[in-house]
Amino acid sequence: MSKTITIDGKAIPFEDGQTIMEAATAADVYIPHLCHHPEFTPHGSCKLCTVKVNGRNCSACTFPAAEGQDVLNNTQELIDDRKKITQMLFVEGNHFCPSCEKSGNCQLQAVAYHLNMLDNHFPLFYPKREMDASHPDVLIDHNRCIFCALCVRASQQHDGKDVFAISGRGINKHLIFNAESGQLKDTDLDVNDKAAHICPTGAILIKRTGYQVPIGQRIYDHHEIDEISLATEHPHGE
Amino acid sequence: MANKIRVATTSLAGCFGCHMSFLDLDERLLQLAELVEFDRSPITDIEHCTNCDIGLIEGGVCNSENVHTLREFRKNCKILVAVGACAINGGLPAMRNFIPLEECLNEAYMDGIGVENPQIPSDIELPLLLDKVRPIHEVVKIDYYLPGCPPSADVFWKFLTDLLEGREPELDYELVHYD
Amino acid sequence: MQVFIENLAASHNYQPTRLLLILRAIQARYHYIPEPAIIQLAGLLNIPDTQIIGVIEFYSFFHQSPRGQYELLVSDSITDAMLGKHSLMNYLSEKLQVAIGAVREDGVASLDNTSCTGLCDQGPAGLVNGYPLTHLDRPRIDLITGLINQQKPVDEWPRELFQVEDNLIKSGLLLDQPIAQGEALNATFERGVKPTLAEISQSGLRGRGGAGFKTAMKWQFCSEEAESVRYVVCNADEGEPGTFKDRVLLNSYAEQVFEGMTVCAAIIGATQGFLYLRGEYLFLYDKLQAILNRRREAGLLGDNILGKGFVFDIEICLGAGAYICGEESALIESLEGKMGIPRNRPPYPVTQGYLGKPTVVNNVETFMAAASIAVNGGDWFAAIGTDKSKGTKILSICGDCAKPGIYEYPFGTTIQTILDECGASDVLGVQIGGPSGTFISNQEFDRKLAFEDLATGGSFIIFNNSRNILDIAHNFTHFFAHESCGFCTPCRVGTSLLKNQLDKIVDGHGSAGDVVALEELCQLVKNYSHCGLGQTAANPILTTLERYPELYQSKLKKISYEPGFDLDSALETARQMANRNDAAAHLAQIGEDNE
Repeated sequence: MSKTITIDGKAIPFEDGQTIMEAATAADVYIPHLCHHPEFTPHGSCKLCTVKVNGRNCSACTFPAAEGQDVLNNTQELIDDRKKITQMLFVEGNHFCPSCEKSGNCQLQAVAYHLNMLDNHFPLFYPKREMDASHPDVLIDHNRCIFCALCVRASQQHDGKDVFAISGRGINKHLIFNAESGQLKDTDLDVNDKAAHICPTGAILIKRTGYQVPIGQRIYDHHEIDEISLATEHPHGE
Repeated sequence: MANKIRVATTSLAGCFGCHMSFLDLDERLLQLAELVEFDRSPITDIEHCTNCDIGLIEGGVCNSENVHTLREFRKNCKILVAVGACAINGGLPAMRNFIPLEECLNEAYMDGIGVENPQIPSDIELPLLLDKVRPIHEVVKIDYYLPGCPPSADVFWKFLTDLLEGREPELDYELVHYD
Repeated sequence: MQVFIENLAASHNYQPTRLLLILRAIQARYHYIPEPAIIQLAGLLNIPDTQIIGVIEFYSFFHQSPRGQYELLVSDSITDAMLGKHSLMNYLSEKLQVAIGAVREDGVASLDNTSCTGLCDQGPAGLVNGYPLTHLDRPRIDLITGLINQQKPVDEWPRELFQVEDNLIKSGLLLDQPIAQGEALNATFERGVKPTLAEISQSGLRGRGGAGFKTAMKWQFCSEEAESVRYVVCNADEGEPGTFKDRVLLNSYAEQVFEGMTVCAAIIGATQGFLYLRGEYLFLYDKLQAILNRRREAGLLGDNILGKGFVFDIEICLGAGAYICGEESALIESLEGKMGIPRNRPPYPVTQGYLGKPTVVNNVETFMAAASIAVNGGDWFAAIGTDKSKGTKILSICGDCAKPGIYEYPFGTTIQTILDECGASDVLGVQIGGPSGTFISNQEFDRKLAFEDLATGGSFIIFNNSRNILDIAHNFTHFFAHESCGFCTPCRVGTSLLKNQLDKIVDGHGSAGDVVALEELCQLVKNYSHCGLGQTAANPILTTLERYPELYQSKLKKISYEPGFDLDSALETARQMANRNDAAAHLAQIGEDNE
């Protein structure tokens, strides 16, 4: 008999060492997330995957599953609060979807759609942020960075490089590149690196590939992120 | 039949794209006309709105005239709706927010390529620009939001029919998009 | 510079964990961290440039552009504000001819605010090139300005400018009976380490940083870990505004603190300890090093402690201006030479702490108490206090009272007793435990100092009836927005949103829904943040809103809505450029619809 936790009353099996997120994904239960990716060390920063474990808020992507856990995921309270956290991400940056190449394929946008986010709720910050178009194949638009550190982790853990880092403190956090000039072109980033393709928003874009997929055929046009996420992040061979 | 629902619409710092999308209701406009009458709107040419049930606002707030218009709508509409990306987050016009207004005006009227007789327009009939383009909810209270650039005709249809039939408006997944 | 940095890195054995100390030395010498230094250092320490830039940008005391040869910082603590800091700051700015936040054109002086410097009992206080300036007033500012304009080296300035008093006013169980050098270690070896741990368990000692985890349990967990390398860390990153007791303990009882750490090391089996001293307490550094040397000479640290073959030593690390490093896992990151970002837990530091090894992190006062308990036994300590909170608590009392300073009280003492003894009258309320703690009103002074009632890491700030609650909440809320590490969304964005929303209300631009929106935001930040900073960042608003809802409501306009920004001033640029000032060139903040 394998060990189980319950998520919203449903028994979910888990193996020792699995996080709540991993156990949930393996059992086809979607927990909203942005900074989590099954291939990389959990980060726990976006807080969208917050679930209630025996009454206490925990990040599902970092919290280990343990026998007897009663996990709440799809409660109205959590859904409402996840929506507000998503709204926070929208107002702190500059997310103008109509002019973004990532629109329709963007996880930040898709999570917002999934949570039925219709407005920004909070006052917008309109921070002044730059772009780095120096690299021949990859464009960085800092306006859209949500500091999930997926590019940082993908570069270190998959590409065997160390191209990106998150610097600064508090609301002044920003993405930096490992090059004396500070410019992306002087890093060893290659267009085929995983780090160049992992961004959940439009902060890292591959040049000359925008708008190739017509509206209606983009990833999230007709499929919600829960469906896409489970289809692509479900552990292999199960 | 009983009094029709009175609807007013306007475009502030927008492109009228949301209005065009509204017109995409096509034959459903006839159905709507049975239930709704239009007050101030580009469709009617009525200049000021009075006693409306629903106000639909396209576009963000970029100048003093926008503020006055928005206030007129808030005062005269029971329900005020932010329609489209620009009304909700400033949209594309808000991309000027990262350039100081002084620079924008100088580029447009003083030193830009092709400028003849350079001068900053100062006629008192002209509205002055705000230093930043703002979403409308930062100026008046907003009751509902219809995202999209533009929201599709189906969004308008679903929202208005929900309201007209006394339901709390809800937009399904397919109707929520920001582009 | 190249040689300086090469030598500096060599003196730290090219250890990346020493990054903060290395950067502190560069900042002290050049008044910024020059770009070539970053590149050179990255090579010498074999770490990416980005790690160094990250650290520089994270800590308030590091800069990538030059500060003045005299870097002046003035404490932003609420108590300094109550002592007239704002007008003094303006005076200083005028006198020194440098704007707040700027560097003077000749590069000689720079002036800025800094978070609480731990000198609230002798403020207004500040720092010059890292060294504390106390009792700032206009004559002192005149003197300081003169010294700077003559470019007199700081170590030639009159000593009285830097005088830091202990202000130890009331001592109790611990402060009355300091142990003799070596006494706790001798007692520990005589009794045996396990029985000593049992004594600490028997004492009921709980962590003095405020959270109150049982000390013996933490030590036991750590000692049971399979890893053979373990660490002891003393958290002297006393950053909670209004707290300064560790400053006094380290100034006058450091031997005992170090002895407590050594007892802990003996119990858990550690060979290396660290004292993480907040950057603001740089002035204690040399003195503490001297004490460590004395203890080495006395055979109380080193390779063969008390001739028992016990190996243990202590290294002092300095912070660089980051409140978050008081959080134990952020502190460990900082010790490792990184940005102070709290880790995900589990694993907890007792299983995976410094360099991934089991680590005990305790407060200065906890180690001091542990040393006393090792000497006097658990019952001695447990005889005092309440059922759930044994022993005494050392408080840093400041604000509106006749005798600010250090007071030691048994747990269970009422707030009224404390107020009476420190000479506080006409009291409006008390901030217990600093901004992250609780504001209590004058209706609650029968409440008790205890983990089960009012827990505190030591901060105790008194406000009299001339003070404005909203000013207090405003100061604290801005503090948290400034100190948020920015790792998680709810705290990074939420603390800034809280700041803006509170400002809107305090500045009189709030309307009907704004207090509700404020409270809703408070709950979000509290419930979803990654660590204690975010989880408590809304406390200043929540605890005052709960007690004085009418105060917040009274700031609201009787209208349904008001813009969150100033409409008329948003037209100013356009007005000037068009050279207009007619009626249509202005906007009222509130439309007539809204009256």
